[in-house]
Amino acid sequence: MLTGGAVEAPYIARLLYVYNLVIMLVMNFDLSDEQKMLAEQARGLLAARAPYDVLRKQIESGVESDSALWRELGEMGFLAATIPEAFGGLGMTALDLGVIMQELGRANVGVPFFSSIVLVADAIHLAGSPEQQARWLPSLASGAAIGCCAYGEGPGPALPGTLTVQNGTLTGTKTPVADAGVAQIAVVICGDGSMALVELDQPGVTRTRLDSFDQLRPHYRIDFAAAKADVMPGRGKVETLFDRAAVQAAFEATGGAEACLFMARDYAMERRIFGRPLASYQAIKHKLADLAVAVEMARSNAYFAGWAAGDAPDELPAAASAARLTAIAAFEMGARENLQVHGGIGYTFEANCHFYYRRERTLTLSLGGREPWAERLIAHLPGSQVKAA
Amino acid sequence: MDFNDTSDEAAYRAKARAWLAANAPAHGLAEGERIDDTEEVVRGRAWQRAVYDGGYAGITLPKALGGQGGSIIEAVVFGEEESKYNLPKGPYIGIGLGMALPVIGKHGTPAQIAQFAEATLKGELTWCQLFSEPSAGSDLAALRTKAVRDGDDWIVNGQKVWSSWAHRTDWGILVVRTDPTVPKHKGLTFFVVDMKSQGIDIRPIRQISGASDFNETFFTDVRIPDANRIGAVGEGWACCMTVLMGERLNQGGSEKGGIRDLIAYAESTPRGAGNALDSGALRLQLAQALAEEQAGKYFQARLRTMVSRGENPGALAAMVKLAYGSRYQTSSGLALEMRGIDALAPAASDATTREIHHDYIWSTIIRIAGGADEVCRNQIAERVLSMPGDIRADKDVPFDQLT
Repeated sequence: MLTGGAVEAPYIARLLYVYNLVIMLVMNFDLSDEQKMLAEQARGLLAARAPYDVLRKQIESGVESDSALWRELGEMGFLAATIPEAFGGLGMTALDLGVIMQELGRANVGVPFFSSIVLVADAIHLAGSPEQQARWLPSLASGAAIGCCAYGEGPGPALPGTLTVQNGTLTGTKTPVADAGVAQIAVVICGDGSMALVELDQPGVTRTRLDSFDQLRPHYRIDFAAAKADVMPGRGKVETLFDRAAVQAAFEATGGAEACLFMARDYAMERRIFGRPLASYQAIKHKLADLAVAVEMARSNAYFAGWAAGDAPDELPAAASAARLTAIAAFEMGARENLQVHGGIGYTFEANCHFYYRRERTLTLSLGGREPWAERLIAHLPGSQVKAA
Repeated sequence: MDFNDTSDEAAYRAKARAWLAANAPAHGLAEGERIDDTEEVVRGRAWQRAVYDGGYAGITLPKALGGQGGSIIEAVVFGEEESKYNLPKGPYIGIGLGMALPVIGKHGTPAQIAQFAEATLKGELTWCQLFSEPSAGSDLAALRTKAVRDGDDWIVNGQKVWSSWAHRTDWGILVVRTDPTVPKHKGLTFFVVDMKSQGIDIRPIRQISGASDFNETFFTDVRIPDANRIGAVGEGWACCMTVLMGERLNQGGSEKGGIRDLIAYAESTPRGAGNALDSGALRLQLAQALAEEQAGKYFQARLRTMVSRGENPGALAAMVKLAYGSRYQTSSGLALEMRGIDALAPAASDATTREIHHDYIWSTIIRIAGGADEVCRNQIAERVLSMPGDIRADKDVPFDQLT
């Protein structure tokens, strides 16, 4: 929750009175103290290890992932958060992971967390055989192994693809695939609704780095030529995987949008124009007030969807879709208007707006943009699972 | 995160629920029952008397005023349970409990408390609010209605506007200018006024909806005894703040114009061999609105959690209304457009389209009243984001020297 609200709020009491705005029957809709501590830990680590200058250096050096940060995320247990304890994880909830994702989004770091943890580890958790889980989850949890998720097949929708595993081998192309350069394993989403594990260090796999829009999230083209592929036994799990990933992406986008909000606010407070702070103009105040609303709305849907991912799976398709739509709206507005508020300086590499401007498109386009999620929401209207005690 | 009352709240809810089950049905309006405003006030008074006898009147008001001395969350819980019955409850009761009594309790004399508190709690006195003026809306302190001292009385002249139920209430809370030679906030004084006083002329406002929910109230040489002044001369603005800060998180009812209803409306609108929801463009817009509506619901749940913990959401609450007003207008406008030209003049049997007509009209005042969108944005920017206040050209300038 954005904080800093003074107590006095006369017209609010009045509007609640006049318009009978009703508070729903939910008594404890907030993160737990443990979750708030988790957020603080993640935020502290990321602020210390990956300030914007570190991101700039990473881009200039062409390094694909901040491996020192990755190691630390592994050592501190952030990678292991939602992986089951039986496989070296901490067995935490989707909402716990969301708390971490929100901080990763805020810091906009260049590590393959979304690919390796949110998509690949969860895919193996959902659909892998016990052997596959035992083989991969512990090393994904420690960070020793990195995974990437191959679903797109060039222009067009993210799902479904056409590639399928035949006789244990895969042939064809998946592109673009985030973080494939640093990954040892790919989860390939197949056209028949199955998911296959493909080790990337084998003769039948060629990875080509693409000039990627997000300089901190490199994408690859992967060509498979009779590559050895293991289909995971769990079928029909792709939608659930994507719903759960959409929830995490919503948290990540909310963190990014909030970072944009405060970056713009801080700049406007400092910058003087026509003899007074830029922040004193209604054109700026109202823009950022709208952004603040969008951030809180995105966060509210993300919280519910994070809760639903763990506790109300029937609600997940609707909750994930709604969270996706409001998160896209918030981060889009944040990324664009933050740069706008900065004016010309925002167009320079030395300013920090561009990290978010590029990351926003990454998050919005990955997993499919508004269209498929709007369709999913209309097809799975929110239920009334949440009732009064 | 969980979705249950705390044990104290659950116990309070159970008690309130049982009491309402025993008492509310006799007072409720039947499905589709329409009563005129005279009868509504009669029945509203009777229900308030029952609430008083049941020990639920003025839940958050201090016991010294005759209230229950309870928490805001108890008031919210009671309001939620009460709203399950279609009871006659309106501003004529709510303004008394939520605005008049807090200000009388804080700024009034023991004699004033004795005169008004119990009678209001029992529903014997009903109240209206006389604040806004044609030239004083968002900038309330710019009001011009003036009062001049004359012996033991004040003589009031001027015009108030947007006073709901003024024609059916016993008393009004009134703020007027008593000293135009000082800056605007400092020259105001607060009164309670008997609505049957000589010189008060109440005229209904003909609204763009065709209805008349609000009034203009004209004051021509109205005499108010000084005994009905609340607080000191010049303390009117502080009284207004007390009134407007009164906590009323729930008075029953609900947001109108739900997106789920509009999705059903789209499905009932023919398009080719199918219906309007076959349009991908429309599904995209409705889904976006639905996602925002869900977000608003969960955001309110978060505010509610803060209130439950005794925290004050402050200006965060403005976000609810700011988001709702625009969504309500946009989505009802979209629904009419989706319906096609028939929505301009629907068949007499098409009640749904007529409701959406009303939504589209009513949404305009949602964006204005109780804090216009622009005021809400200023509040959020200044109080949530700590951005600077607007430059005020009238700051420290005596009211009578303002241009």
